[in-house]
Amino acid sequence: MGRYFSTLRIFWIASLTAELEYQANFLIELVATAGNLVGSIFVLSLFYGRGQSLGGWSWEGALVVLGVYTLLEGVTSTLLQPNLSTIVAHVRTGSLDFVLLKPIDSQFWLSARTFSPWGLPGIALGAGLIGYAAWKAGASPAPLTLLAAALMLVASLLILYSLWFVLAASSIWFVKIWNATEVLRSVLVAGRFPVSAFPAGLRAFFTFVVPVAFLTTVPAEAILGRASGPWLLAGGIVAAGSLAVSRWFWQFALRFYTSASS
Amino acid sequence: MRRPLAQRLAHARRIAAVLLSSQYAYMLEYRAEIVLWALSGVLPFIMLGLWSAVDAGGGLGMSSLQLARYFLAAFVVRQFTIVWVMYTFEEDNLSGRLSPYLLQPLPLVWRYVAAHLSEQATRLPFVVMLVGLFFLLYPAAFWWPSFSSLLLTVLATLSAFALRFLMQFTLTMVCFWSEKASALERLLYLPYLYLSGLVAPLALYPEAVRNVAFWTPFPYMIDVPARILAGEPVPIGPSFAAMAAWAALLLPINLLLWRRGLRHYSAMGA
Repeated sequence: MGRYFSTLRIFWIASLTAELEYQANFLIELVATAGNLVGSIFVLSLFYGRGQSLGGWSWEGALVVLGVYTLLEGVTSTLLQPNLSTIVAHVRTGSLDFVLLKPIDSQFWLSARTFSPWGLPGIALGAGLIGYAAWKAGASPAPLTLLAAALMLVASLLILYSLWFVLAASSIWFVKIWNATEVLRSVLVAGRFPVSAFPAGLRAFFTFVVPVAFLTTVPAEAILGRASGPWLLAGGIVAAGSLAVSRWFWQFALRFYTSASS
Repeated sequence: MRRPLAQRLAHARRIAAVLLSSQYAYMLEYRAEIVLWALSGVLPFIMLGLWSAVDAGGGLGMSSLQLARYFLAAFVVRQFTIVWVMYTFEEDNLSGRLSPYLLQPLPLVWRYVAAHLSEQATRLPFVVMLVGLFFLLYPAAFWWPSFSSLLLTVLATLSAFALRFLMQFTLTMVCFWSEKASALERLLYLPYLYLSGLVAPLALYPEAVRNVAFWTPFPYMIDVPARILAGEPVPIGPSFAAMAAWAALLLPINLLLWRRGLRHYSAMGA
C-alpha cells in the first residue's frame, strides 16, 4: 500500500511540473469555472425567481446540489479526464503492453498516472459553495452529519470514477469510444439539479440507469443532515457495487486485449 | 487576365461539388462517432424535463406543449449549428498539416465549411430518428410546421450556423500566435450556453436580462430559429437584420486577422 502512495506522489509532482508550463491556462480555467457557476446559479434563479421550487428543495438546498456538481466536475478535469482519456491512445498504439508489464496494478496506473491542476478551481469553488449554502440552510456541523456527508461524497466520487472507467475501458473493443464519455458528461449535467425536480420517468432513469441521483442529490441530502438510513445504505451499496464492476470489467476486457495490429 | 463570370461560376461549382462529396465520404467513415456527438446534445431534453415538472403548477406563460416543442426545436437547431473549426484548425496547425493546405489554390476556410456541412448531412438521418422517437414518447407534442415557416427555419438555421462559424473562426485566428488557443473557446462557449436559449426559452428570462441578451449575437443562434420552427411569433425582419449586422461586424475583423496571421505564420517548429 505504501508503495502505491509513494508512486502516486512521484506521478503527481512530475505531471504538476509539466502542466505549470502553461500558467495562463489557470486563469482561463478559473474564469471559465466561475462563469459556469454564475450561469448555473442564474438558471436556478429562473426557477426560484418565480416563486417555484425544484422538487420541493429550498434555494439553499439546490445550491448545495450545485456545489456538489461543481466539485465533481473539478475532480473530473483534475483526475478522470486527463487519465482515462489516454487509455484509447494506449490501445491504439499498443503502448498498453508496457503498462501491463509494469510491476504495479494496471488499473491504478491508468487511473492515477497524471494530475492536472486545472480542475482545482472547480474543486475549490464547489467546496466553497457547499459550505456557504449549507451554513445558510442552517445545517448543523454535528459529527454524525459530517461523517455521513463525507461517506456519501466518497461514494459519489467512486460511482463517477466507475462510470468513466468502464466507458474508457470499452476502448479495448471500440477504439472510437472516446466520444461516449462526452455523452456521459452531457447526461451528468442533470446532476446540477435535485433529482426530485424531474418528472417520474426521468427520475427513475437518473436513479437506476445512470445513477445521477447518487452523484449529487444523495450527498447533498447528507450534507444538509437529512440523509435517511435506506438512502445512505443504497449509496454505499451502489458505490461498492460499481467499483467492483469496474474492477471486474477491466479484468474481463484485458482478456480480449491482443495488442496493436493483431 | 480574368476569365468570364460564367466560367468562373462553373469552376466554383465543380470545386464545391468535389469538396462536399469527398468530405461527406470522409464523414460517413466516422458516422458512429458523429452519432455519439449528436447524442451528447441532450441538454435541451434535460431542461425540458425540469421546466415541464415546474410547469405542473402553471403560471409560466408557456403551456407544456409549447415548452416541449420549443426544446425539441432547440435540439434540432443546435444539431445543425454545432461548430468545431477551432479544434480542427488547432490540430492542423500543430501537426503541420496547415502548410500543404495553404499551398492549394483554394481559400482554406472553404475546406472547413465543407467539412461542417458534410458532418451535418451525416447527422441528418440520426436527428430525424431522434425526433421520431420524441414524438413516439410524447405524441401530444406532434406538430407539422407550415411550408413557409419550415423554409424560414432552414434560412435562420443556416444564418445562425454562418454567424457562429464566423465568430469561432475569428477567435481561431489566435491559433497563429498561441498553441493553446482552444482554451479561449471555452470562454466564448459560456455566454453562448446561457444566452442562446439552450437552457430555457428567452421568453422565460427576466426582462432586463432578455433585453441585454438580444443585444448580443447569441439568442439568434438557437432561440430565434427554434421559435420559428416551433411556430412561436418572431420578428423575422429585425432578427435577420441583427444577424447580418453581426456578420458585417465580424467579417472585416476575421479577414484582417487572417492576413496578419498568415504573415506571422511560419509553420510549426520553425
